[in-house]
Amino acid sequence: MKLSLNGQEREFTVPLNVEQLLEQLELNRNQVVVELNSDILTAENYVDTQLKDGDKLELIQFVGGG
Amino acid sequence: MAAIPPNIIMQIFVNEQSCQVAAETRLYELRDSENQQADLLIVNGYPVSADQPLYDGDRVVLIVRGAVPTSDDLEALLMARHTPGVHEKIKGSCVGIAGAGGLGSQVAVALARIGVGRLIVADFDLVEPSNLNRQHYFIDQIGLPKVVALKENIKRINPAIKFTALALKITPANFKASFSGVDVMVEAFDDAEQKALLISHFLRTFSQVPLVAGSGMAGFSPSNAIVTRRVAKNLYLCGDGVTEARPGQGLMAPRVGIVAHHQANAVLRLLLGEEPE
Repeated sequence: MKLSLNGQEREFTVPLNVEQLLEQLELNRNQVVVELNSDILTAENYVDTQLKDGDKLELIQFVGGG
Repeated sequence: MAAIPPNIIMQIFVNEQSCQVAAETRLYELRDSENQQADLLIVNGYPVSADQPLYDGDRVVLIVRGAVPTSDDLEALLMARHTPGVHEKIKGSCVGIAGAGGLGSQVAVALARIGVGRLIVADFDLVEPSNLNRQHYFIDQIGLPKVVALKENIKRINPAIKFTALALKITPANFKASFSGVDVMVEAFDDAEQKALLISHFLRTFSQVPLVAGSGMAGFSPSNAIVTRRVAKNLYLCGDGVTEARPGQGLMAPRVGIVAHHQANAVLRLLLGEEPE
């Protein structure tokens, strides 16, 4: 399946939910905000949200400081 | 004064009050009739030092330097250097700020200075000495809850601002009640996980309210690495995105302040109906 990640198209060969995608990309699930097709997800939805071909994701990573 | 025939009058604003004057009235003529002591004359948001003709719709503010104005005049005089029309649009607005540290305290001060009518600020922490290298507090406020200290400071800048101080830790359970009704939300936490947690819950719940967040402001990397970007439908991110606070890379007033003021200007642009990026 093809996913758009922050505007870049990427191909994945196995089915993935959001949790597994974040693991594969080595992103810390607790320091990232996920927008899937214009909807923001919260971390408790990650396992239940199965990704499908053509999905558009914005993955916004945060770093500490303020 | 005799009534002026309608074809030779113009409508101007003097200290934000609408009034009619004779067409072709000049600035010094107006000053002499309104307040001869005024020695700082501001026309359409800019101070002028010479007499000039006035035109229909002009906004003139007459200030006596060093004089503390009456409360009636105060609001107009505080806003005299604004771009005309801005204050009317933002004084009815409400902005939520989660966190009153280096980002939140400075965002709140900037928004109070421009006259955003209502601020709701939440923070559970107390002012301590290590905050003073970047946060808008003072030595004599050490030990006070940050939101209490910030409220005091804001009242000294602009007493017309309605300031709601929430001395509590914002969680997924209480953010809705705390920030319901805000026009724009500001994320101003220190911790990366707290940032992500608040932003995802807020935007999922209040899907129509824009949120302005900060990420990447530690150290003393170049100022120009800091930008404002739209990163999701209703999420704007200010910062360089990468320089995190960690051992060996501290947080200091200049870069934290730059990000805070990126956030404040993004809020202002959103309130005025402009895209921040």
